[in-house]
Amino acid sequence: MMEDSAEGRARRTADDAYGDQAIGAAGALADTVRRRLYRYVCEQGEAGRADAAEALGLTRNLAAFHLDRLAEAGLLEVERRRLTGRRGPGAGRPAKVYRRSDREVSLHLPPRDYASAARLLAEAVERAGAEEALYAVAREEGRRRADAAARETGTAVPATLGELAGALARCGYEPAAPPEDGAPGGEVRLHNCPFQTLAAEFPPVTCGMNLELMRGMVERWGGFTARTAPSPEGCCVAISKNKND
Amino acid sequence: MSDHHLAQLNIALLKAPLDDPSMADFAAALDPINALADTSPGFVWRYTDEGANDASASRPFGPDLLVNMSVWEDVESLRAYTYGNSGHLDYLRRRREWFRPLGRPSLVLWWLPSGTLPTLSEAGERLERLTANGPGPEAFTFRTPFPAPGAHAGVEHASDPG
Repeated sequence: MMEDSAEGRARRTADDAYGDQAIGAAGALADTVRRRLYRYVCEQGEAGRADAAEALGLTRNLAAFHLDRLAEAGLLEVERRRLTGRRGPGAGRPAKVYRRSDREVSLHLPPRDYASAARLLAEAVERAGAEEALYAVAREEGRRRADAAARETGTAVPATLGELAGALARCGYEPAAPPEDGAPGGEVRLHNCPFQTLAAEFPPVTCGMNLELMRGMVERWGGFTARTAPSPEGCCVAISKNKND
Repeated sequence: MSDHHLAQLNIALLKAPLDDPSMADFAAALDPINALADTSPGFVWRYTDEGANDASASRPFGPDLLVNMSVWEDVESLRAYTYGNSGHLDYLRRRREWFRPLGRPSLVLWWLPSGTLPTLSEAGERLERLTANGPGPEAFTFRTPFPAPGAHAGVEHASDPG
């Protein structure tokens, strides 16, 4: 986390006033084209200059310029990689591949520090053994979110994995394209863990909380089951459609 | 090959005897969870009671305190086993169904020379040290790890070039 971590605070110097890095990153997204490119890369997982340019109808040079600005701002990471199948002399320079940076950008004005609050609360829950109270609260919140999403968007209750993915996307998760309904082992997986930093420090408490949050939502929608399924990247919850439903 | 391995001790305060119906899910998980550890990358050794496949019978630290002690190649391999697969994370998530909070640290990590094994009394001392002084190079936690003796500190935090 750029601004909220103890490390971040320790690194901060007089010429890096509160929020400067985050403001710089947010500022890089003020440009509409750049914002579209950023979203495209996030959705794709990773993208090269040519793909991004083509998808957004930009010239390759313009796409390259903006992608590099996003990388300089710390929003994207760059990897140089040879395109598959081209090796040895004549293969050319490795192409740049962009993906979303792991670095978190967090900006609160006036300065706020909810990350530290979350860490302290998580540690207190662990120490007190209050996990079951947290899970109950999270499940209630999940039900409220499902109701609020239905009210605000006026969309029908999701019935298929595809509709479920859409509903979760509107709740801030980033679902991978779901398999066809009825496909064996078909599950919705989520690219983004909304509690990543906290989950890395307090895995059982945070992942348990998130699971109950999702259970509350799918309980309201009905016909789906959420379970723990840790993956190296993204959210540790997988959601499947119930049989005979 | 590193010249140090990571030792781990975990103690857990049972809510009920292991053969109580309320403990059935946990008791049934012991064998598969232990089998999962044995086949996990970086696993070196785990303590078992004499003639048993787990450590659920001996209670060296108290009649209701379950003990789990093991050795791994490094922090990353133990972390991957502990949190990185549903087989184990799901039971950690549910631990309050079966265990009371201790009100003090229940897990301690420390480094020991490769090829040696920890004893329960040494493990108990490490946990006492962590409880008394907080995390340090001799007794630490996942949240506050320390590098193995002689290892280059901070390697994993080195910034990427370019």
